[in-house]
Amino acid sequence: MTQLALVIDLNVCVGCHACVTSCKEWNTSGWAGPMVDQHPYDNDPTGTFFNRVQTYEIGTFPNMETVHFPKSCLHCEDPPCVPVCPTGASYKRKDNGVVLVDYDKCIGCKYCSWACPYGMRELDEYQKVMKKCTLCIDRISDESKPESERKPACVLACPTSARLFGDVHDSDSEVSVAIREQGGYQLMPEWGTRPANHYLPRRKTRLQLHKDELERVDNPLREESLPAAEGETLDDIAF
Amino acid sequence: MQDPVDHNDAGQSGVEVKNTTCYMCACRCGIRVTLRDGEVRHIEGNPAHPHNQGVLCAKGASGIMKQYSPGRLSKPLLRKKNAKRGESDFEEISWEQAFGIMHERLAKIRAEDPKKFALFTGRDQMQALTGMFAKQFGTPNYAAHGGFCSVNMAAGLIYTIGGSFWEFGGPDLERSKLFIMFGTAEDHDSNPLKIHISKFKRQGGRFISINPIRTGYSAIADEWVAIKPGTDGALLLAICNEIIQQGLYDRDFLVNYTNAAELVIDDQKSADHGLFYPAEMHYEEGCFDPQNKLWWDKELDIAMGTHTPGCNPYLLGDFTLDDGTAVKPSFQLLKERMEKYSVEWAESITGIPAETIRRLAHEMGVTARDQKIELPIQWTDTWGNEHDSVTGNPVSFHAMRGLAAHSNGFQTIRTLGILMTLLGTIDRPGGFRHKAPFPRPIPPCPKPPKGPDCVKPDTVLDGMPLGWPATPDDLFVDDDGEPVRIDKAFSWEYPLSVHGLMHNTITNAWRGDPYKIDTLLLFMANMAWNSSMNTSKVRDMLTDTDDNGEYKIPFLIVCDAFHSETVAFADLVLPDTTYLERYDALSMLDRPISEFSGPVDSVRIPVTEPKGDCKPFQDVLIELGSRLQLPAFVKQDGKRKFRDYPDFVINYETSPGSGIGFLAGWRGKGGEKFLKGEPNPKQWEMYANNNCFFQYELPKSYQYMRNWNQGYLEWARAHGMTRYAEPINLHLYSEVLQKFRLAAQGKRPGKQPPERLRKRVETYFDPLPFYYEPLESQLVDTREYPLNALTQRPMAMYHSWDSQNAWLRQIHTHNYLFMNPTLASEKGFADGDWIWIESPHGKVRCMCRYSEAVEPGTVWTWNAIGKASGAWGLSPKANESQKGFLLNHVISEELPPCESGKHLSNSDPITGQAAWFDVRVKVYKAEDSESKQSWPQFKPLHRVPGMDKKRGKWQNYVAGLFNAGKKS
Repeated sequence: MTQLALVIDLNVCVGCHACVTSCKEWNTSGWAGPMVDQHPYDNDPTGTFFNRVQTYEIGTFPNMETVHFPKSCLHCEDPPCVPVCPTGASYKRKDNGVVLVDYDKCIGCKYCSWACPYGMRELDEYQKVMKKCTLCIDRISDESKPESERKPACVLACPTSARLFGDVHDSDSEVSVAIREQGGYQLMPEWGTRPANHYLPRRKTRLQLHKDELERVDNPLREESLPAAEGETLDDIAF
Repeated sequence: MQDPVDHNDAGQSGVEVKNTTCYMCACRCGIRVTLRDGEVRHIEGNPAHPHNQGVLCAKGASGIMKQYSPGRLSKPLLRKKNAKRGESDFEEISWEQAFGIMHERLAKIRAEDPKKFALFTGRDQMQALTGMFAKQFGTPNYAAHGGFCSVNMAAGLIYTIGGSFWEFGGPDLERSKLFIMFGTAEDHDSNPLKIHISKFKRQGGRFISINPIRTGYSAIADEWVAIKPGTDGALLLAICNEIIQQGLYDRDFLVNYTNAAELVIDDQKSADHGLFYPAEMHYEEGCFDPQNKLWWDKELDIAMGTHTPGCNPYLLGDFTLDDGTAVKPSFQLLKERMEKYSVEWAESITGIPAETIRRLAHEMGVTARDQKIELPIQWTDTWGNEHDSVTGNPVSFHAMRGLAAHSNGFQTIRTLGILMTLLGTIDRPGGFRHKAPFPRPIPPCPKPPKGPDCVKPDTVLDGMPLGWPATPDDLFVDDDGEPVRIDKAFSWEYPLSVHGLMHNTITNAWRGDPYKIDTLLLFMANMAWNSSMNTSKVRDMLTDTDDNGEYKIPFLIVCDAFHSETVAFADLVLPDTTYLERYDALSMLDRPISEFSGPVDSVRIPVTEPKGDCKPFQDVLIELGSRLQLPAFVKQDGKRKFRDYPDFVINYETSPGSGIGFLAGWRGKGGEKFLKGEPNPKQWEMYANNNCFFQYELPKSYQYMRNWNQGYLEWARAHGMTRYAEPINLHLYSEVLQKFRLAAQGKRPGKQPPERLRKRVETYFDPLPFYYEPLESQLVDTREYPLNALTQRPMAMYHSWDSQNAWLRQIHTHNYLFMNPTLASEKGFADGDWIWIESPHGKVRCMCRYSEAVEPGTVWTWNAIGKASGAWGLSPKANESQKGFLLNHVISEELPPCESGKHLSNSDPITGQAAWFDVRVKVYKAEDSESKQSWPQFKPLHRVPGMDKKRGKWQNYVAGLFNAGKKS
């Protein structure tokens, strides 16, 4: 069975939020929209986003890391938000594993958001239905688009290509290879939700310097003149 | 709900897809805009575009919210009679009335004294047109915003290597192994840089970030080196010194492609001290370095002409020529200069451990030397030597305002250019590479006007409004050595102010120093807010009156698409279009989007109709130029030459028959030529059919070593990109600067600085790089004001144009003052406390936020998130004005009085670059009794005629149903 998912590479994410707004832009006029904005031009504006970037600081100055951490629905293989839904609005597609909400069935009871250990669901305060990442279901399944563009809006927009998209059940897919080779991990696997989305960790490149690299015969300083000979030498005085 | 698999755009009617170029920031990505029933459904990166390759940033993807913002203007507005400036009290007028007012006023100015009209623009990307309009009008008082942006970065590198970062060139991350980034938050060119850093890291490259703050790009650096602001020069000097001491420089590169081996006269008593010894040989005059210099040959131990076949010159030593002149290779002078800059000295200035500095130097030097790249590309240098390959030393750099926005920035950036040169990385694979039309001669050919006589009534300006002085005689000063421009650019105060000093224009005009002006036209520049230093006082200047009750700046025209803070101060408001509503040419004559591999330019083509009566500013200038009968805009019979801007772009040539116009692609009658060729009536269609860009890929043999690549230089000359096919040797030693120093020492004939400025020019125009404490720190009590204060641009809000954007403002609704918890706890601040930040010039109340990502001597905030109450279509209670704040209130546009002058700009003494980041501050807790609101506050702006009515509590944007905000 296919399980579509995102693999997010924290090693290259610069926290630019392209994923955040490209998601909102695509989805507000798409199947999962609209994505409401409350007080859009007033005090304390807020609204629905399927994807948000949080920034963490780890350690203390100067030994610290700034980590940008994009978060969206992880499309769990065992999603706790689905069985708690009293109306069947919350469901997981059989053909590709994407977790979706049918707004027509949703009664806004928020059980699913309580059940989700990751806090990935957002209640649309205007429509009073639960909304969340759909992996741009109406885009990835649109066969009128060229295959290269049948990807979530966030994946296409991401300037650092930090977001990989594909089938994590296909061991040859780009996402499976990345998870396998680069230490991809799930968020809070101890909850048993088996999140489909994975993250790739930070990786450091260091340079090892060796002492002999600074003591070389081809040092260009050797091409310059030696100190000019001045004054007496033994040749002048010794006999 | 319908099954999503059956719900897609393809099935819907009224869908159109159009290509254009983004303008949510200055980056200029290719975009594909999908419209549904005429409303924007989706903006995505164009995968076929070379610049962004399909990606798009947070701002680019939020373009819909710009297009339909309630902050938009839609009607020309005139300040009501008896209404006060600054209060947004306008009446709607027609364009005909607006043009009538402008025509009458400007025609009179032009007939009397054209310099009484000043035109200053923001980050508009249309300097080819705006500069040409100013020249045609006859006023020298023109500049874009470069003086307060990053002119140090442009000038510091262009005066050293003939090119610079951002549009002019950049790091070749494709082949680099070690990448060092100085002082960059989000910046040009944003998406390409993100694409390339990501690929670089994935290829295993090592990325080091040197910055007082760790955000954005620095977050993913392999190593973050925290540095005290304004001290990068000290770090760079120590690194250069270590590289020279260890012999880690590329000797062959220095000898052949720089002035390192050229012999400099070393005789303090001589009037030519510090100039290159001129060999007797014939050369044509031109704006390039003649090759009449000498080397000292090692084998024969005599001087001979540079690049004499077989000559291997000394880089070090001191020599005496046959005529008795003492000379030294310039590299010897550089080495002597560097010797005092030890890593231990640099530690005491920068706060970076000496061992780290030493290691950084070794990493750079060893990587450059031992990981050499050799590409099998044949090329021929300008001395006729054939090369079988192109080699490269894979160490690259990027830097921006962190270096530039200090008053020591020019010398710091020159030091960076010298470091890049020592490592042998210029226009070579894995190092720094140029983008067309760069490299250009050092300095480039265009020169400012020579004196007051260049400005005459009803006459085109004699000279370029902006240019590149090469000697003191190129300065734009009167007989007393005093400025002719309103911003004092190209005067002895800031001789190499190649982008002007927009940041002092209002202050100077208000004070009448050097003179009063009549009309100031501002385009896309928010001078009553975030684009000005000393914002509160600049706002007062705009409303200040003389004894007769007349405004000291009599007439202010503002062209903007949005209800910005500055609009409130206008006498006449011109509503501009958005980027989705207009034609633009991102021209080779301005700053194109060229790639390393060759020239690229691009266009915008409207995807939707202008809102209301909005008119593109270019069309305003064409109309005004035609009405004013400016020569370039009318035929001999006085009738207008160009219908509108698109017509202008097709048919305008820089001079009759030059074949050079605004767009480089598809020139010639049928579009068969490029760069140079006759106008082509189908040029716009041809751009439209090619995803709105033109790209020319140079043959591989012309893509590297372009400063000295005979094939490339001849190609560039044949295609009108350069005037000369002469080598552009790198200025390790700057004879240009030495000429200004000699003038200041009274050793040269020609233009002389006023007495008060002699010492200043002599000090800062040092032909060798040096470090000095930023000017403001030299003049204020740094014990009282111990901290540095900076701003950064948020990754999601590169450029501050978009608080009117409903989506982006949810990401950055208000800003905090970030500080290290060590500092905060010393001061007794809890996270989130209301505090004051105070400089010698002003104070601001704001909220404190703890951050481990900042060195403890620095406090910082996001740039320009704070807005004035009621501006930008936001409610007067919006967080941006109530909790957000603008740091500009504590930054002065002028230095405290000193011996060099009472009103010197707070800028680099060489280039006039605004020294935003020099400000020194202290912080202290706000009293509990004080209002929990940012300070200063200003009287809320109210909406102006032509703006949409206030939007409601809810916004549900769905393209095709939104109806431009009428339903919500």
